[in-house]
Amino acid sequence: MREITYAEAINEAMSEEMRRDENIIFLGEDIGVYGGAFGVSRGMLDEFGEERILDTPITELAIVGAAVGAAMTGLRPVAELMFSDFITFAMDPLVNQAAKTRFQFGGQASVPMVLRAPGGSGTGAAEQHSQSLEAWVCHVPGLKVVIPSTPYDAKGLLKTAIRDNNPVVFLEQKLLYRTRGEVPEPGDDYTIPLGVADIRKEGNDLTIVTYGRMVQRSLEVAEKFTSEGVDIEVIDIRSLVPLDKECLIRSAKKTGKVVIVHEACQTGGYGGELSSVIVDSEAFFYLDAPVKRVGGMDVPIPYNPNLEAQVVPTVDSISAAVRELL
Amino acid sequence: MKINKEKHLDMYLKMVQTRKFEEKAAKLFVQGKVHGTAHFCIGEEATGIGVCSALENEDYILQTHRGHNQGIGKNMDINRMMAEFLGKETGYCKGKGGCMHIADFSKGSLGANGIVGGGIPLAVGAALSQKYRKKDNITVGFFGDGAANEGSFHEALNLASVWKLPVLFVCTNNYYGMSMNVNKSMNIDDISIRAKSYGMKGLAIDGNDVLKVYEETIKAKKYVKEHGPMLLVLNTYRWMGHSKSDPQAYRTKEEVREWKEKCPVKRYNEYLLKEGIASVDELAALDVRAAQDIESAVDYAESSPEPRIENILDDVYAD
Ligand SMILES: Cc1ncc(C[n+]2csc(CCOP(=O)(O)OP(=O)(O)O)c2C)c(N)n1
Ligand SMILES: [Mg+2]
Repeated sequence: MREITYAEAINEAMSEEMRRDENIIFLGEDIGVYGGAFGVSRGMLDEFGEERILDTPITELAIVGAAVGAAMTGLRPVAELMFSDFITFAMDPLVNQAAKTRFQFGGQASVPMVLRAPGGSGTGAAEQHSQSLEAWVCHVPGLKVVIPSTPYDAKGLLKTAIRDNNPVVFLEQKLLYRTRGEVPEPGDDYTIPLGVADIRKEGNDLTIVTYGRMVQRSLEVAEKFTSEGVDIEVIDIRSLVPLDKECLIRSAKKTGKVVIVHEACQTGGYGGELSSVIVDSEAFFYLDAPVKRVGGMDVPIPYNPNLEAQVVPTVDSISAAVRELL
Repeated sequence: MKINKEKHLDMYLKMVQTRKFEEKAAKLFVQGKVHGTAHFCIGEEATGIGVCSALENEDYILQTHRGHNQGIGKNMDINRMMAEFLGKETGYCKGKGGCMHIADFSKGSLGANGIVGGGIPLAVGAALSQKYRKKDNITVGFFGDGAANEGSFHEALNLASVWKLPVLFVCTNNYYGMSMNVNKSMNIDDISIRAKSYGMKGLAIDGNDVLKVYEETIKAKKYVKEHGPMLLVLNTYRWMGHSKSDPQAYRTKEEVREWKEKCPVKRYNEYLLKEGIASVDELAALDVRAAQDIESAVDYAESSPEPRIENILDDVYAD
């Protein structure tokens, strides 16, 4: 199969969907001539023109608010935030409007929109451009939340998100934009359902549950332990809401040991929810050890690259957690 | 307005220091010595230097992501600025903030901001605090043309106006918010007219004329202390790309060239010579000194220790 980057996969998903459905528009800052701060939308202005590729002023509240209004009235907008940190300015239209519209109006309307935004550290962009804020949006009923870890998943999940009749927060990973992976030829219209986890590596001795950039890191840890005869299963949940609970429970029952890994700060992070899903189920009776969380330190992301690298889970810190359970 | 020679030479030196700082910082990127990104203010030196040269130490500023001129104008220590840029322990933010977050509270800088428009409401609060504490000082909130489209700008101007706070809103209009020209981001030609809808005085001037900027800030300082907030728009231009990686497909080389001809540093140099305020040798000596200051700042930064992970929890909370 051909290989493309994570950024290209996202571009292809949007472009193919826009060719298929003329009600899809795309709006955000510097997405036109500039091609997006991370180059995701390169070429899209040329193909779809200014009517559908809407370069906006710097105005996050209005970008997301306009997407909600357009979605309520027949369009299917994809809105981009340049960095997911800027979601703070857009919280009202997302949380109080998009997420509530269908329910509070008794099902009269739906809000079929996608809010794309890159998160994560590792680029030296410091405190205000490096956060992993997914837990905030997972806590809001009415929103779906997706974080893809490979080009294949990014494309398949984004297509599904665009076709979904609900607001979907699609959180991309800055450090993955340039990574490459196998993706079917353009035009091969595959989609990946939301709420289906992917077992990236099967194993019997311990389960790592993770998502986003930490998937690759967890696979490295699993690989390392193979040489010691420890067989680790790595689950990429891919969509946080809806969550494939069965997959987690099944795996926990099989291995009896679970480590949860995410980049976001540990306190209040989604790992707490993932852990609860397991211990709240019959899997509890199969556990041989406490469920262990490895999250980011509870600090803002620092600028200095050495510090920055050490405040999120590393191969070493994940390995240490695994070892504790063995 | 009578400006003494010492002041002139001080402003000139700071403009050249800013220019050299940015040129050096850009070079350090190319050499791979810096991780992350930076937003350079080459071409805009007269804005931050002109405004801050009119302020007292106790006047506050809220800086932008493109604010090295604002920091140098407010007498920040170039060594510590460079050390922060290189992420060192001796930097202004102990290497934790980087160049998008340089601050020196002892000099009245309440920090640079990575959030476009993030500092504008904070300026309102700082001015409220000054008024409450009966200080005879003002707060300057710097932001760009792009930031003037954020809700935070509009809410901040309105609140400052109804509360009649001593705040000077300074819009550094370099005609672009990243790739978007102001003629696409707003439906007006003159950003200063936005002041009117908040019942506030607005003024737009040539932001490449450091003396004009300085003089208007002196006047504005007096005005805002007596009457409440004002919006001052400084029209200028950014010579370099928006940040480290920017192919600049959104503007023509011709346009950039035209603005480079309006170089604020060269213009001031020529003015000082023409008016007989300084000699060629005096200005050349300041050019040399500025370059040396930057070189020694790099030496200082490079020989400074890295921050240690053991201290990572420091300053997450105050004691
Ligand atoms: C809330 C927010 N939105 C977007 C960005 C990304 N961004 C950083 S600087 C910038 C352009 C800002 O334009 P302007 O205010 O004119 O300042 P300039 O960069 O021209 O100095 C953008 C879009 C950001 N940092 N914060
Ligand atoms: Mg600008």
